[in-house]
Amino acid sequence: MTSRRLLLPLLLVLAVAGLLTARVLLGTPFVYADLAVRAVLGEQIPGVSFIVMDDRLPAAVVGALAGAALGLSGTVFQTLLRNPLASPDVIGVTLGSAAAAVLAMAVLDAQGMALFWWTLLGGLGTALLVLWVARAHRPGGPGAGGAGAVDDRFVLVGLGVAAGFTAVIQYLLSRMESQQAGDAMHWLVGSVAGATWPRAAVLAGSLVVLVPLLAGLVGRLRILQLGDETATSLGLPVPATRIALVIVGVLLSSFTVAVAGPLAFVAFLAGPLARMIAARPSFLLAALLGAVLVLAADVAGQNLFGRHEMPAGVITGALGAPFLLWMLVRSKTSGSGR
Amino acid sequence: MPARPTLLATAGALVALAVACVLSLLVGARTVPLDAAWQAALAFDPGSADHVVLASRLQRTLAGLAVGVALALAGAGLQGMTRNPLADPGILGLNSGAAAAVATGVYLFSFSSVTQFMAAGFVGAALAAVLVYALAAASRTGATPITLAIAGAAVTAGLGSLVHALVILDQGALDRMRLWQVGTLGARDLGDLAAVAPALLIGAVIVLGAARALNALALGDDAAAGLGVHVGRTRVVLGVGIVLLVGAAVSLAGPVGFLGLVVPHAVRLLVGSDHRRLLPLTALLGPVVLLLADVVGRVIAPPAEVQVGVMTALLGVPVFLVLIRTRKRVAL
Repeated sequence: MTSRRLLLPLLLVLAVAGLLTARVLLGTPFVYADLAVRAVLGEQIPGVSFIVMDDRLPAAVVGALAGAALGLSGTVFQTLLRNPLASPDVIGVTLGSAAAAVLAMAVLDAQGMALFWWTLLGGLGTALLVLWVARAHRPGGPGAGGAGAVDDRFVLVGLGVAAGFTAVIQYLLSRMESQQAGDAMHWLVGSVAGATWPRAAVLAGSLVVLVPLLAGLVGRLRILQLGDETATSLGLPVPATRIALVIVGVLLSSFTVAVAGPLAFVAFLAGPLARMIAARPSFLLAALLGAVLVLAADVAGQNLFGRHEMPAGVITGALGAPFLLWMLVRSKTSGSGR
Repeated sequence: MPARPTLLATAGALVALAVACVLSLLVGARTVPLDAAWQAALAFDPGSADHVVLASRLQRTLAGLAVGVALALAGAGLQGMTRNPLADPGILGLNSGAAAAVATGVYLFSFSSVTQFMAAGFVGAALAAVLVYALAAASRTGATPITLAIAGAAVTAGLGSLVHALVILDQGALDRMRLWQVGTLGARDLGDLAAVAPALLIGAVIVLGAARALNALALGDDAAAGLGVHVGRTRVVLGVGIVLLVGAAVSLAGPVGFLGLVVPHAVRLLVGSDHRRLLPLTALLGPVVLLLADVVGRVIAPPAEVQVGVMTALLGVPVFLVLIRTRKRVAL
């Protein structure tokens, strides 16, 4: 068992490394590994250094970091709300971020990291709205065994909110000029292809701050899972812990959305996949799987569509939807409970 | 007993419909005075700007009438057929199925006419409906409002990615799709309306004629069968009618969400859930809501217009949330 506990993360780390390498080497032109290594080590090789250091490597790094952040964010929400459907992209938090960002693009002409404040504002507002509704919907009423778990109706609330944001986004898109709308639509799909080192640094910095915070909260999250009453009797300040977790979860997804756009379904997929392969919930595995998903989607999008570049978000979206449907068909109680 | 309220509600709905039509003709970026409209009706003058505006608004109003009837009836039929208060062509993925089929048609076969859009829309809506229903029914809890809505959302998201991919592969399609993806009434003329009219009429007749069967289905499949209703056959026929309505509406106006959710629920508050009263009144009030939403969208953010699909979503989302919140158990 312990060997398996070590083996799985190790395999996933290898997968991330392999995909990072593939992202840097594959494409047009193909870059030979020895040249790539020399370029990474700082040697100026005409035609290679630029492609490796300014184009592909930042994209690969942002992809890995974004995937990890989304995997963590999704698992925070799914565990906190005890519902595999409750990831930020399914319940509308990501779309709230995106709508606020598109609003800022349309009205204030905002770009780059200025978008972060907007994604954060939109994400937090949406999370609070959805959670407020969720609070009113403990199954069986307050105190009747539900104890903080939320049922699927609350996922419906998220779907409804998401539909509203979609309408707002499409209205804003239709008001923009063609060029700006094209940029916004590209961003909305979620893509890491245009990544730069400053953006990678922002994402890395946010993870350096947020991951230790999250690690400190995971123990409390496990206690919270025993139920609100048990957690309170164990001396845990339940509302404060919950709010802290929501804020960390929203921060993780907001930074990512600001840098790479809403990469559809990555946050939703990583947690359940991690649980599936490890037979237990794991933040580490979810983060690694998130990175694998985004990198794999990006490598596929860059190389499988001829002269077109398919953004990673299109591929994760196309893969995530069938998985969501499969979970719906497979789960015992239409996805509620675990 | 309910004859008088029904009569009252019908009269009120007719008045509201007339008012909505008049507003839709007169109000907008250029407000036309009532007497000019009267003049135009008596003696149309192509040289008068007011008259030209009226003529274009007449097309728009007629499109609004058609789309409003189609989507409201489709929503009421879906809600009755699936015994699901949250059913709506948008929520159950029919709109996105139609949109994805149209996008595929534009990309692969360079579709441009409304008839081609309509054909693609029918196929897409039908496939999405069957897919969503089959997936929800295959889940352990069966086709409950929740599983249907989740399946609808997942299919919508997946098809959305498909549309995105097609748009990326064909940059020229971006502008067409961007404007078409939000429901709007202003883009079609009378010829397009005539092209979809037969499908719309057949669909409306099927759904309106199924009132008794829908009442029986509301009691449950077994009870309905006991009352002599062929449950399976009724569902198939109703499904065809609903797909005809949705396909016609989508090809005319693009995906307009939530109208099919809001209107039947409002009508239920007025006259109860007997489909013999519910369906005709829904058909009257659907265009009222759609036309008013369109009129508000024209004046709310001058000089531009807010498309009617955005307005119905802004109206429909709160109703959707209230429906989830107020019902202890989501069931009809």
